[in-house]
Amino acid sequence: MAAYDNLFDTLGLRDWCDADKSEAPMSMAQLLSQTQGADAAAEETGLPFPSLDVLHESCHAIGQTRDLTAGLEEGFLSIRGQLKTVLDPITQPLSWMLDGTLYVFETTPWWVMIPLLLLLSWVVSRSRAVTAFVAVVLLFFALIDHYEVAMQTLAIVFVCTGLSVLLGVPIGIGMSRSNTAQRLIVPILDLLQTLPTFVYLIPLIFLFSVTESKLYGIAIILYAIVPVIRLTDLGIRLVDQDVVEAANAFGMTPNQKLFRVELPLALPNIMAGVNQTIMMSLAMVVIASLVSAPGLGVLVLRGIRNLELGVGIVAGLGIVLLAVILDRVSKAALSRVDKQRNAQ
Amino acid sequence: MTAKISIRHLYKIFGPREKEMVAKVKAGIDKPTLLEQHSHVLGLDDINVDIQAGQTTVIMGLSGSGKSTLIRHLNRLIDPTAGEIRVDGDDIMKLGKSELRRLRQKKMSMVFQKFALLPHRTVLQNAMMPLSVQGVAASEQDREARKWLARVGLDGFEDRYPAQLSGGMQQRVGIARALTANTDIMLMDEAFSALDPLIRTDMQNLLLELQAELHKTIVFITHDLDEALKLADHLVILKDGAVVQQGEPQQILLEPATPYIEDFVSDINRARVLRVGSVTSPLSASRFDGDIDAGSTLEKLIALSDGDTNHVYRVMRGDEVIGQLDMKDLVKALVPRVRSSGESGAPKG
Ligand SMILES: Nc1ncnc2c1ncn2[C@@H]1O[C@H](COP(=O)(O)OP(=O)(O)O)[C@@H](O)[C@H]1O
Ligand SMILES: [Mg+2]
Repeated sequence: MAAYDNLFDTLGLRDWCDADKSEAPMSMAQLLSQTQGADAAAEETGLPFPSLDVLHESCHAIGQTRDLTAGLEEGFLSIRGQLKTVLDPITQPLSWMLDGTLYVFETTPWWVMIPLLLLLSWVVSRSRAVTAFVAVVLLFFALIDHYEVAMQTLAIVFVCTGLSVLLGVPIGIGMSRSNTAQRLIVPILDLLQTLPTFVYLIPLIFLFSVTESKLYGIAIILYAIVPVIRLTDLGIRLVDQDVVEAANAFGMTPNQKLFRVELPLALPNIMAGVNQTIMMSLAMVVIASLVSAPGLGVLVLRGIRNLELGVGIVAGLGIVLLAVILDRVSKAALSRVDKQRNAQ
Repeated sequence: MTAKISIRHLYKIFGPREKEMVAKVKAGIDKPTLLEQHSHVLGLDDINVDIQAGQTTVIMGLSGSGKSTLIRHLNRLIDPTAGEIRVDGDDIMKLGKSELRRLRQKKMSMVFQKFALLPHRTVLQNAMMPLSVQGVAASEQDREARKWLARVGLDGFEDRYPAQLSGGMQQRVGIARALTANTDIMLMDEAFSALDPLIRTDMQNLLLELQAELHKTIVFITHDLDEALKLADHLVILKDGAVVQQGEPQQILLEPATPYIEDFVSDINRARVLRVGSVTSPLSASRFDGDIDAGSTLEKLIALSDGDTNHVYRVMRGDEVIGQLDMKDLVKALVPRVRSSGESGAPKG
């Protein structure tokens, strides 16, 4: 006799409970008690917590916990078709962008690519020291034959950061315009940031084929877009209201106000967000290698899977080096903007 | 003479049910009661002011008296709860969004207490801002901005950034920016309050100079009576959102309407502020100790008379005799009117 039989009897629900009494699959507890025999019998004398599985024993109309997970899965699978028809075309350009950029980064000869990257570092940072540091790191990658994987990782980071900024800044602007939008979006951002990174790979794997680049592209963007949205919103909200008032007093249109006052004044914050976005997409690139993202992450994974200690450590340090140069370059750009503002 | 800006029965109440509260305010409920019983803030209470073209109208009051709220109604940075504002005869409450922007671009410019310059733009670009908003040709923007920067004494600083300048210089940029807009009306909200006393005096003199030349319609806000008396053609004194007295500044000094204003003006150096014309009486003496211009300060006359209270002077405006001044009247005018007994002290701060 199960623990809560009396409860359902006194409530007069017995008929409802036994309505379609079929042999339901055994719950985890039942399986355990079969194998453990005597121990489990002793436990029955106590009062177990009325969990779904326990209640199910007394009343078969109540589902087991595994029905919940199965239901979720079925629900997701049933809308999968529609979701795919909508999402597939929208996200297709992401695959093209990733594949295209990877192709460019892989096929451009090193003696073109490295100078181009150095030029980019210089233009963004305007710092000789930073540019020289970037040169050393890139040449080091080439020296230890990690140049190609580093370029693959860099290509993915570029595309995902670029798209995060492209999507995140307008979302942040929208959030700063309306408190309702902010209230709705902040919990989503919190969720994206706290959800263990592997977890949101799960629905993506169901939706897209693992061979498609957009699968890891979406995973990286979802994870990395959060700071740029947050800091755009924050930056615009923190813009000196006196200056905004002056913009209004001189008759600026909403667009003039956005592009001449709000975005420029929020720029330091937005750039801090971009810096974090870069760092987060780099972190995610490793996890994304589980779902076929190329680059340094693949080597880290190989190190773990095959217990190739050296390979894993070198690739891991390579990621750190990439992180450092990306961070230095973007921080140098940020401090350049700050310095101009407060120039003495 | 119709006023450049005319404000009629203007009420502003801050709070979610402002429209309902107007009736209560009109029925005579006061600011603290409104806050206590209905948690609405009375910002402005039945304001009626005419602002004349070409004059400097100073709005004065203690902090929280509603000065900023009032000036922001003139270009509708704040919308009133009730009342009417006419600029050049047009009711600005009737303006649509783009008409309102045109009003702000073409008719009124503003100078702010904390300068409110664009930190990422150079001095020149800041001064060009009003014209670039209007889409004026770049060459004209440049020419106008340079002209007004030079006029406020900033030539050579065009390519600096605001953060590189002192407070006084930043406010000069603020004034140049307002002048570049080339509007009839200039709104100045505590424009000099953030500056050091010496620099403040410089800026006041600059404004007087500019005004003698340009004859703009200036609405100037201050909490400093000395500044108000120095700049005002017309002085409006606010308390708790209501006008307690307005008029010619000398008149307010000599005939304060309420104990509150008596208290307010009692600390003023009257000899330096009052002018001979304000204490002139009709000609009656036959012998004069000298001539004095009606615009001179009493201080100057005291120096001239060497403190002799028996002297009587002939008061001139240009070549015309407008009356006489007995030194005894002057001495009386120097003493603030004593508050009639029994009245409680007005708040002071
Ligand atoms: N947005 C607002 N909401 C509520 N109360 C306000 C608001 N703006 C101003 N007030 C109140 O209105 C009164 C007048 O304020 P303000 O015009 O800024 O005064 P002043 O410029 O004379 O110091 C003050 O009591 C202030 O607290
Ligand atoms: Mg104020």
